[in-house]
Amino acid sequence: MNTTALKDLLYRLADDQLILGHRNSEWNGLGPILEEDIAFSSMAQDKLGHSLQLYTLLHNLGEAEPDTVAFTRNAPQFHCTQLVELPIGDYAFSLVRHFLYDHAELLRFQLLTTSSYEPLAQVARKLKGELKYHVLHANTWVKQLGTSTEEAIEKLQTALNETLPFALGLFEKTEHEEAIMADGIFAGEDELRAQWLESISKVLAQTNLELPDLATVAPVFGGRNGEHTEHLQPLLDEMAEVFRLDPTADW
Amino acid sequence: MNQSQQSSSAPDKATILEWLEVVTDPEIPTVSLVDLGVIRDVRVADDGYVTVRMTPTFSGCPAMDYMQRDVERVLREHGVERFGVEMSLEEAWSSNWVTERGRAALKAHRLSPPPMHQGIVDLDILEYAECPNCGSHNTTLRSPFGPTLCRALHYCNDCRQGFEQFKPV
Repeated sequence: MNTTALKDLLYRLADDQLILGHRNSEWNGLGPILEEDIAFSSMAQDKLGHSLQLYTLLHNLGEAEPDTVAFTRNAPQFHCTQLVELPIGDYAFSLVRHFLYDHAELLRFQLLTTSSYEPLAQVARKLKGELKYHVLHANTWVKQLGTSTEEAIEKLQTALNETLPFALGLFEKTEHEEAIMADGIFAGEDELRAQWLESISKVLAQTNLELPDLATVAPVFGGRNGEHTEHLQPLLDEMAEVFRLDPTADW
Repeated sequence: MNQSQQSSSAPDKATILEWLEVVTDPEIPTVSLVDLGVIRDVRVADDGYVTVRMTPTFSGCPAMDYMQRDVERVLREHGVERFGVEMSLEEAWSSNWVTERGRAALKAHRLSPPPMHQGIVDLDILEYAECPNCGSHNTTLRSPFGPTLCRALHYCNDCRQGFEQFKPV
C-alpha cells in the first residue's frame, strides 16, 4: 500500500472535519433559534470527534500526536478545502455549506466503508451512522426554507450560487489520486462527485431553489495542496491559542 | 471456602461483567455501560491479565474518557492489578445493542429508547419515537440534535410535552 498517498487522503479528510467543526462551533450562542444553536454545536462536536479518529489513524502511521497535528501546523500545511474555512457568514450561507458538504461527506464515508485499508473502513462505518443525522438536519431546513417566503428562497439561492464553486473544490484530486484508487483505498473523487450531484439534486428538486449548471461553474481548487484563503490562518491562531500557551499542559 | 477465595483472585468474565454493572453513563446515571452495549467484551488471559474492550456510542462523546477511567477504577477496586482497557472501532456501535434492561433504564430517566432497526437507519426510524411520559407514538421529531450527541429532541402531540430520545444508530 502506498503510505504517502494514504496519509494524503487522511489529512484531507481530517482537516476538513476539524476546520468545519470549528466553524460550526462559532454558531454557539448565535443560532437563529435555540434548536439551531444546539444543532450546529452538536455537529461541531461530532466533527471534532471525527477529526480525532482520523488524526489517530495518521498517528498510528507514524505522524505526530493528534493535538500536535491539529494545533501546531500553519495554513500552508493544511489540506482542507477552502469551502470549510470560509467564515460562517449569515445563516443561509452556513446552512447551504452544511448541506453541500455533509451530503459529500456522508457519501465519501459510505464509499470508504469498503476501503482496502481496514482501519479507515472501520472509522468510516462508525462515522457514517453519525453523518446521517447531519444530512437529515440539512435536508430538513433546506426543504423548509427553500419552499417558504420569497426572502428565504432568495437568500438561500444567493448562498447556493456563491458556495457552489467552493463546494466543487471538495472533489479536487491530488497527485496521489491514482495511487489511492489503484490500491483500493478509495473509489475516487469523480465517482463521489457523481453520487453527490445526484444526492443534492434530489433534495433541491423538492424546493424552489435552482442548482446552477455545473458546467458553467469553475471549481475553487488549491486547498488540498495547501493554498488557502486569508480566513484560515486567523482561525488556526484562534483554535490553537490555548494549546500554544502550554503544549505540555495536562487537562 | 478456599476454592471461592481462589476463584476471586482469578476472576472470570461473568464476575468482571457483574462488577462493571456499576459503571454508568455519566449523563444518564440509570443505565450501565454493559446494558448500553459500550462494553463489548471482557477477556481473561491464562496469566490473569484482564482486557476490557469498549466502543464509543458517538465518536465525539466527551464522556468516553470518564467511562474508561471508571472502568479502570472498578477493576482496581476489585484487586485487579494487571489489565488493559481498549477503545475499539472494530464494530461500529449500534443502538440495537442496548439491552432490554438498558431500555427500561433509559425510560426510568425519561428518555425514549432507540427503536430497533434492521441495520439500516432510514428516515422513518429517525423520526419515530415513543413518548416516555404517556407512551404515545403520535410524536414529532423537532431536532436530530439534543443536549448531548446521543439524544434527539421530539415533541409529543398527545401529552404536549417535549422529550428526548436516545438516538437510533
